Amino acid sequence: MTSENGQKRIKVDYMARVEGEGALDIIIEGDEIKHLELNIFEPPRFFEAFLRGRDYWEAPDITARICGICPVAYQMSSVHAMEKILEIEITPEIRRLRRLLYCAEWIESHALHIFLLHAPDFLGYESAISMAAVPALLPTVEMGLRMKKIGNDLLATIGGREVHPVTPTVGGFYRAPTLKELQALKEDFEWGLEAAISTVAWTATLDFPDFAPDYEVVSLSHPDEYPMNEGRVVSNKGLDIPVEEFEQYFLTEHVAHSNAVQVHRDHGGSYQTGPLARVNLNLDKLSPQAQKAMQDTGIEFPNNNPFISIVSRSIEVVHAFEEALEIIDSYERPVPSRITAVPQAGVGCHITEAPRGMCYHRYRIDDQGIIQDVRIDAPTAQNLRRMEDDLRAFVPQVLDLPLEDATWRCEQLVRNYDPCISCATHFLKLNIQRR
Amino acid sequence: MSKTDGANGQSKPRLAVFKFASCDGCQLSLLDAEDYLLAVAGAVEIAYFVEARRQTLPGPYDVALVEGSISNEEQAEQIQEIRRQSSFLIAIGACATAGGIQALRNWQDVDDYINIVYANPSYIDTLATSTPISDHVAVDFELRGCPINKYQLLDVVTSLLIGRQPRVPTYSVCVECKRRGTTCIMVAQGVPCLGPVTQAGCDAICPAYNRGCYGCYGPMEAPNGAALAQQLESMGSSPDQIVRLFRGFNGYAEPFKATSDEYEEMGR
Repeated sequence: MTSENGQKRIKVDYMARVEGEGALDIIIEGDEIKHLELNIFEPPRFFEAFLRGRDYWEAPDITARICGICPVAYQMSSVHAMEKILEIEITPEIRRLRRLLYCAEWIESHALHIFLLHAPDFLGYESAISMAAVPALLPTVEMGLRMKKIGNDLLATIGGREVHPVTPTVGGFYRAPTLKELQALKEDFEWGLEAAISTVAWTATLDFPDFAPDYEVVSLSHPDEYPMNEGRVVSNKGLDIPVEEFEQYFLTEHVAHSNAVQVHRDHGGSYQTGPLARVNLNLDKLSPQAQKAMQDTGIEFPNNNPFISIVSRSIEVVHAFEEALEIIDSYERPVPSRITAVPQAGVGCHITEAPRGMCYHRYRIDDQGIIQDVRIDAPTAQNLRRMEDDLRAFVPQVLDLPLEDATWRCEQLVRNYDPCISCATHFLKLNIQRR
Repeated sequence: MSKTDGANGQSKPRLAVFKFASCDGCQLSLLDAEDYLLAVAGAVEIAYFVEARRQTLPGPYDVALVEGSISNEEQAEQIQEIRRQSSFLIAIGACATAGGIQALRNWQDVDDYINIVYANPSYIDTLATSTPISDHVAVDFELRGCPINKYQLLDVVTSLLIGRQPRVPTYSVCVECKRRGTTCIMVAQGVPCLGPVTQAGCDAICPAYNRGCYGCYGPMEAPNGAALAQQLESMGSSPDQIVRLFRGFNGYAEPFKATSDEYEEMGR
């Protein structure tokens, strides 16, 4: 951040502790924001283009490579969309194993975000590595790493490896884990559930800025379960639509300052998707211990303070551990592990809840099963405009702080979302200038 | 390996992690080494690693891990500067060693791709190609994989710390299958598998999980792609299917590219 001629400029050339490459540029004259841009300079990788001409069953393997942190979400959205086209009915056992896989990804991704990307902001450290060098904080970092490892262990047990799992496929799994393999993880999961509950209590004690703009939060909602793989698209402003109508209510726009395409509501406004939106809209579907952990914090939910997202993320980790234990306890290995089908032409779309929010995919395939056309709206592409709106509302609060502190606060606001910039490229540089 | 003075007068090697076009999965593998992360952070000075820390220290660096492919002009310039600043440069992952999945553009007109994905093509700054780091600067070591294997990465970093050559296999996935006791999925089930031409390193996960290898670790040393492709043909794969199989996450690696190009010609 620089200050000259009465102009203030907050400039972060390369946002740290986010996934991918982005920057933030804000220019302020007096008390007025003259310019505010969240730039995505992650170069384009053209997934929607080169998916054309590939076999339908390749989509989960290829789209996994959009993101190294949440590959499962991409795999699952593509798998469900293809299953709609091919009219594949999966079994209840496959469905439950998919939820278990989703629990694994939420645990590893949320633990990474909470402890390695975001908590250092609240405590005034530049990284978890610096936190770990402080004896009083070392146990916290170690706890976070162990929780993350447990999520990864489950991912590897089901998927073969942590990053880009190899088993999920259209119709089910190339191989389903045995009961014995899953039960071997049970003790770790019991420890993890307790650790996650204490994480909720700990994150609730962090110092949150007083900031709660009125905005739309959007997530999936399912009649009797916490949303992961299925549900209708709902919001706190009355939206309630099937996923098939997503493109009528959510439009994309390509802005000049970014390699990312922004998704916004049909009325032009921004919205937030992700853990805070999910918790706000699905309070009653959280597992019993997650609900209790939430109530014990004394923080009121629904909650519109984006900084509270670290608490909602922790609440979801409790849910994921509890649901994973329940699934492991009652696990029946799917036989067959995979329903096969004959290719047929058609169009199908689906949304699943990635750790960072809704992940929309639409495919058109021909009668040979070859992909003709694709649209993918990553969670970060959906949150990007909301991040800019948050910054516009938040910057006036930090104008009196020393420039360096103001910059850090703005970065922290962006990290509430953990923008997964690689995913959104179609997406982030911080640069606040004050005049 | 040379060492520079650390902050407290201690002498720790300076490690930097850089990213180009990629999914972040390979640098994430370092954070996924949960049991060893703090040990690594203690053994080296992590001078630059934007995904993990806000602090960024200027070079020179003793070891640079470079993830991702070169896909725009700015990156092509940055990698030159990183090379100048780094004593030992290691390319990690399929993007950095073979151009990655985004190298599929190399067979197409990139303007067509831009028009498919972006409403305002003029906003997009990209090269027509996605290329490996070694196409631009000298690379001291390449670690393959999509994603890399975190234990191999730890072995490479440890090797450098103690001054020995990193040990990664150059033989095929088939050897790992045999070692693992997996029945050959191609022989027993007729499933197309790139294992015979793909470098080991993943512990042959896919065949053990009941599917064919799809080439995450790229070509092994001296692969015979033509022979495997003929075998796939005799099992019923069409030229188009063979092209798609070879043209994956390491499709632009020369031996895979040669086979896919040959079958593309055949399919015309």
